[in-house]
Amino acid sequence: MSRLNIELPGLSLKNPVMPASGCFGFGKEYSQLYDLNVLGAIMIKATTPEPRFGNPTPRVAETPGGMLNAIGLQNPGLEKVVSEELPWLEQYEVPIIANVAGSTEEDYVRVAEVISKAPNVHALELNISCPNVKTGGIAFGTDPEMAKNLTKKVKAVSEVPVYVKLSPNVSNIVSIAKAVEDGGADGLTMINTLLGMRLDLQTGKPILANRTGGLSGPVVKPVALRMIYEVSQQVHIPIIGMGGIQSAEDVIEFFYAGASAVAVGTQNFIDPFVCPTIIDELPQLLTQLGYQHISECTGRSWKQHEQFAYHRA
Amino acid sequence: MIINDQCTVVSQQQIAESIFELVLSGKIVEEMNEPGRFVHIKVTEGLDPMLRRPISIAAINKRSNEFTIIYRKQGRGTSLLANKKSGETVDILGPLGNGFSVAEANIGETAVLVGGGIGVPPLYELAKQLVTKGVKVISILGFQSQSAVFYEEKFASLGETYVTTVDGTYGKKGFVTDILGGLVVQPDVIYSCGPTPMLKAIEKGQYAAKVFLSLEERMGCGIGACFACVCHTKDDPAGHTYKKVCTDGPVFEAGEVAI
Repeated sequence: MSRLNIELPGLSLKNPVMPASGCFGFGKEYSQLYDLNVLGAIMIKATTPEPRFGNPTPRVAETPGGMLNAIGLQNPGLEKVVSEELPWLEQYEVPIIANVAGSTEEDYVRVAEVISKAPNVHALELNISCPNVKTGGIAFGTDPEMAKNLTKKVKAVSEVPVYVKLSPNVSNIVSIAKAVEDGGADGLTMINTLLGMRLDLQTGKPILANRTGGLSGPVVKPVALRMIYEVSQQVHIPIIGMGGIQSAEDVIEFFYAGASAVAVGTQNFIDPFVCPTIIDELPQLLTQLGYQHISECTGRSWKQHEQFAYHRA
Repeated sequence: MIINDQCTVVSQQQIAESIFELVLSGKIVEEMNEPGRFVHIKVTEGLDPMLRRPISIAAINKRSNEFTIIYRKQGRGTSLLANKKSGETVDILGPLGNGFSVAEANIGETAVLVGGGIGVPPLYELAKQLVTKGVKVISILGFQSQSAVFYEEKFASLGETYVTTVDGTYGKKGFVTDILGGLVVQPDVIYSCGPTPMLKAIEKGQYAAKVFLSLEERMGCGIGACFACVCHTKDDPAGHTYKKVCTDGPVFEAGEVAI
């Protein structure tokens, strides 16, 4: 019997590990390297109504343990994603979580309405947390009322459950989480990148053409864990956790904090085989730690120990 | 096929100021054929630097199962790479990208290879393959200064070779384009790799030859997934069409992308 399967709104996951949006394109590149069927799900690159070229280069910079990106939601646009990218992914038995982005409420609603009808899209990830676009994105994710209203509007048109991707660039992430839960969100994904910058020693100017970018990688893991820990105790909807995951051990730590599934982002760029490797290693780690099923780990950091007692008997 | 291989360092030596030649062996060599492709190198098991380093393949030796990369020791990543000793392993992902097409030059034709600085290395494997095919190769190699010059003899063993230095301390003072413009022979194909201003100058040169340019850009994944290294196409310089340097390139035909 599987020790890794997880049931979430809209998602029957054979395991709780999926590549994070923006770190996996639409899957084609990684399909040359391994069978995508091993994945729990795939979070595809953010889709906007119209094609976007994104920001000028340089779009990436580094810092010890992390990277900054300012891609700027480059994507081929809704029509092409629905007519080409999603049908291509249908050859795999993997639920797709479509990341929905835009500049206005209407943008989000339009993308959600159309993309949620695709047969292999089992859930939406509402991207109200991209730090690299001038309008929309993070603006919706830093104001609880705006976040709630947008969630409501998207819920009204979506044919599949809606997960809202939260930004860590807020003073009180619990209030945003509660607001989108009130708005009808079926789940949360967290965290998106932390806004940061790097400067060039010779020129004194920012390395990124966009000046600022989103920080990701192992360096953000403690921030993600703390936020999932805080939010998971205050909401009743599941959390897909992400932020610097590199190993099976990291996955368990995210579950302990309160996640019910996880996404791997930046590490795909360094080790393109990281997702299958983690999936392979998880059962053995569960055995080592004394768990039958990975779901026993969710919220272990804050749940009363007695709640777990029967699992361990 | 792209593979992730733990390659063994056969040798490493400094061949010019800040320039290192690293010979590696591993099964990845079986996947290497076309010149001008690159490997993505994880220089440390630690987290600094975070990302891999894309470095072009300078020579492929199928018989000994070895390949050579030549790089400039400049930042933290390449400094760590320069510390690798014989017998140590290096984490290599590749081969990646679209390289130089030897098929573009026919037997008996003349190919001119124009390299600038650390853009010179991928042209060496190209020169070898062109000569093996029966293409006449002329190489024009540009460097900043005498101390930066490398591989002149290796190119010279494959055909007529010119060296320029910006400061005139070696070869002809000036730029590679000065030599290219003054060639008596009419090239059929020009292959080039080097700094962007050099590539721009070659593209502007309007030579009556097919011109192929290898671009450089900061990369993330190296396999086309992250969209860090995109560029505009020449016919749509402000629009939505794009090419990825890592997978559509790094070699493009002149006029294909906006450089």
